[in-house]
Amino acid sequence: MAGTDWNPWRRLLALPNTSRTKTIVVAFLVSAMCALFVSGATVLLRPIQTANRAAEEQARIADLVQGIPGMSVLLEQAGGTLSKVVIDLERGRAATDISTETLETTLADQANWTALEAGSDLAGLGYRPNYAQIFLLRDGETILLALLPVAGQGYGGRIDAIVAVQGDMNTIAGIAITQHSETPGLGARIEDRSWQGSFPGTLIRDPSGQIRFNVARTTASTDYEVDGITGATRTGNGITKMMRFWLGPDGYGPLINAIQRGEF
Amino acid sequence: MASRASFWTTLTDPLIRQNPVTLQILGICSALAVTTTLATAVTMSVSLTVVLTLAAGIVSVIRRHIPDTIRLIVQIVIVASLVIVIDQILQAYFADISRALSVYVGLITTNCLVLGRTEAYARYHPPWPSMVDAFGNGLGYSFVLIVIGTIRELFGQGQLFGAQILPLADEGGWFTPLGLMLLAPSAFFLLGGLVWVVRSAWSEQVEPPEHAPPLRPEPVE
Repeated sequence: MAGTDWNPWRRLLALPNTSRTKTIVVAFLVSAMCALFVSGATVLLRPIQTANRAAEEQARIADLVQGIPGMSVLLEQAGGTLSKVVIDLERGRAATDISTETLETTLADQANWTALEAGSDLAGLGYRPNYAQIFLLRDGETILLALLPVAGQGYGGRIDAIVAVQGDMNTIAGIAITQHSETPGLGARIEDRSWQGSFPGTLIRDPSGQIRFNVARTTASTDYEVDGITGATRTGNGITKMMRFWLGPDGYGPLINAIQRGEF
Repeated sequence: MASRASFWTTLTDPLIRQNPVTLQILGICSALAVTTTLATAVTMSVSLTVVLTLAAGIVSVIRRHIPDTIRLIVQIVIVASLVIVIDQILQAYFADISRALSVYVGLITTNCLVLGRTEAYARYHPPWPSMVDAFGNGLGYSFVLIVIGTIRELFGQGQLFGAQILPLADEGGWFTPLGLMLLAPSAFFLLGGLVWVVRSAWSEQVEPPEHAPPLRPEPVE
């Protein structure tokens, strides 16, 4: 038996492909190599991806504020930056023990999310975080502008946006869509400036406090409507529901009330 | 010399004569989904060609040691890992395009074309010819995607690579975009048209009819 090879690797390779041992070992080796490869790439590239997303959101916010008439002057007076505040959505107040830095770790915990019931879950989200980071532009004590991040289900998937509301908390000052997967050329036109241009000046609630905001079927006919996009009715409906949810009692409602009472 | 000629045919055959999309009708799901604009079509083509070539190379290197019973799973695991890595790279360095492609990069895993080439070719040939064949098939797929993507973006939005080519009627020009071009069915029509054009020019691709049509309608009883 001079030909016996004690090198386990070569003995493995010499086994016939029908051998059960070889099948298991090959399966294990292939999965292990692939797992290493995939985890390596994910870990190496994650910092770049996070930086990308953060930079993109900053650019959208800067764009949004610049697009609101008169805002860039006010922003300069305020020192050029918006203040970031983490708020407790349920109580409508600034969260005391959570800062913008710790928000991400806080939201990683399922306990800080609220399950939404089918009836109140207008935006189709299923879960809503208990804390959200908003941006405020103040002049002394008065709030001039609030930027509120919102999210909801569109036609092709989730839509993320930032709504700018003026100090009266009832007039929309602008909107920026930060992420969406709507049909290019149809629903994706929510990204266009021309469509977003119909938001400023639109009112959210009527004098009785009822939310009336709506994306119209065609062109806006009341103060509470913005223009619709032809061929993208379901995207428009998604936007309507998203706004109604987030500006309503389960979203930023308590915060809006607090600001209107001058308690924030 | 002979081997160079055979490399050349391996590479160029899948471009039109053996085109994976128009002849074999493989991988059309993604061809429909990502061709609304040229930029996404090109990115998808490049990603698929890279994944296909690497997967064919890897499968071919270990082809003598893939147990038959688990060969499909082994191939899919390799393809899926490559796809995830490509997706991560796109998200890191081409964030805009990655958003436009959304889930379709992930769907390269299930693209019949990739598994088709590794299963049918790479498992029986050495790494180098396998990679040439895979690269050729990737180019054939890219060719179809780019043709369809060009037509759809040009007539659907009047743009190419996002630059306005045809002046839109909304903005004072003369071109009214065809909304249909942006919807999935138009890709079917265009793909059908492309298959017809290719098969008219290369008539050996025409398949013999599977059934002889009856000479006259059968009487209804």
